[in-house]
Amino acid sequence: MRYMLLMCGEVEAPEPRAVPEPPPTPTASDTDEPCWTPWAREMEARGVILHDGAQLQSVATATTVRAVGAEVLVADGPFAETKEVILGYDVIECADLDEAIFAASRHPVAQNGGVVEVRPILAY
Amino acid sequence: MADVEAEVADAFRKEWGRVVATLIRMTGDWDLAEECAQEAFATALTRWGTDGVPDRPGAWLTTTARNRALDRLRRSKTEAAKLQEVAVLSVPDEPPDYGDSGVSDDRLRLMFTCCHPALSLEARVALTLRTLAGLTTAEIAKAFLVPEATMAKRLTRAKHKIRDAAIPYRVPPAHLLPERTGGVLAVLYLLFNEGYAATAGDDLLRPDLSHEAIRLARLLTRLMPDEPEAAGLLALMLLQDARSAARLDADGELVSLEDQDRSRWDPAEIAEGISLLEAALRRQQAGPYQLQAAIAACHGEAEDAADTDWQQIALLYGELHRIVPSAVVELNRAVAVAMAEGPAAGLALVDDLSARGDLAGYYLLPATRADLLRRLDHRGEAASSYRAALDLAATEPERRYLSRRLAEVTS
Repeated sequence: MRYMLLMCGEVEAPEPRAVPEPPPTPTASDTDEPCWTPWAREMEARGVILHDGAQLQSVATATTVRAVGAEVLVADGPFAETKEVILGYDVIECADLDEAIFAASRHPVAQNGGVVEVRPILAY
Repeated sequence: MADVEAEVADAFRKEWGRVVATLIRMTGDWDLAEECAQEAFATALTRWGTDGVPDRPGAWLTTTARNRALDRLRRSKTEAAKLQEVAVLSVPDEPPDYGDSGVSDDRLRLMFTCCHPALSLEARVALTLRTLAGLTTAEIAKAFLVPEATMAKRLTRAKHKIRDAAIPYRVPPAHLLPERTGGVLAVLYLLFNEGYAATAGDDLLRPDLSHEAIRLARLLTRLMPDEPEAAGLLALMLLQDARSAARLDADGELVSLEDQDRSRWDPAEIAEGISLLEAALRRQQAGPYQLQAAIAACHGEAEDAADTDWQQIALLYGELHRIVPSAVVELNRAVAVAMAEGPAAGLALVDDLSARGDLAGYYLLPATRADLLRRLDHRGEAASSYRAALDLAATEPERRYLSRRLAEVTS
């Protein structure tokens, strides 16, 4: 079963937690490893397949397109003006929704105050 | 003929959930499972009349429903149906024993799936009543005061989500089990409360829902004998249900616990509740349901309000608040403290709670304050609190009770 995990969060990076010094993260600021690689490794170890995934550029770069008859309506900005926007996505393959929920809950976005929308991908 | 109808009705009560649960496992198709279960019971009405009631009605019904499902799938020409047919043929009658949870009853699988957190709470309740308890869509709609079409849509939507998002049909593995069990217990307790104290409308009690909840909780305790909170929940429901005949007077008016005619409490339910609770507590894993049942047991064992061990009840509410912090629990603790140490001690706690504003909009906060003020003979303040409570109370009997009290302090 394939699911898309839509990473949602506020436009501004979430406030760091109320600690004086950010705790040293095992994601290794020492090794320049992106923050999601430990997640990817953990998923792989569980048998979850990562098909695709990316972080998106800021919502300021978003363009909305509608086609009305022959006319193409283009507008600046995301399709819905909300405080939370789509920050990135991952396409995963796993056994069932429980596995997908687990994958979402372990993702750095969820771990840092963001929301992950889990959507099954329509199979033909 | 009437005998056969009674036999089938009895089998329906006992076997509906099992037949549907097994058919869902075999076919993976919730609608097909329900329809074939229904047809199996209809067949039983005619066949049991001529052939007699089978020795194992449940097995007979399951086999009949399974054959119906195979017939339907064979008649269908689609590729998907062919695959489904192969799947149904290869599935054993007895469910496999999934190692992790060690439980192999299809009904438990069904219960966990119906109560999956990815479904809305309303959908969980409706789905549980439809598939496990066998209530019709019309009956569920009536119980929740919504049009039948709305309830039908809710059920369909939930079933589609289970299928399309691949919510697994299983008892959750060990690492999810405690959390998911809590979810199942919460749905059953919500169902019980919906029957015990209707949240809206004219009828204060909707006993059918309470009794369905008790029936399902009884089933859950049989399926999860090592889960003390399941037993705690059943004990709690029985101890509360035991008081239902005394909660309303002859005119349908609400009677407060201290004024209830305790001779109308059901001694069998109290005894069963207490013995279940004692067995559960011996496992030494007291959770919120066992603690609430212990509080209900303190009431159940007391001759009258004065004879009640309020000190113990206050302690139990304190412990409950420690495990699941809640302003409602604090309010109840305040009532117990008022009974144990006098209304002034209780009032101090209630005023603390009011000042924090956590319970704004909850009618029992001003109602409790009003009762304590009435006992302290502060009639003017009591009257204004009763009026505040009246503004917030949702059901007619609650409002009438408060109006009576208000009349007492203003006369």
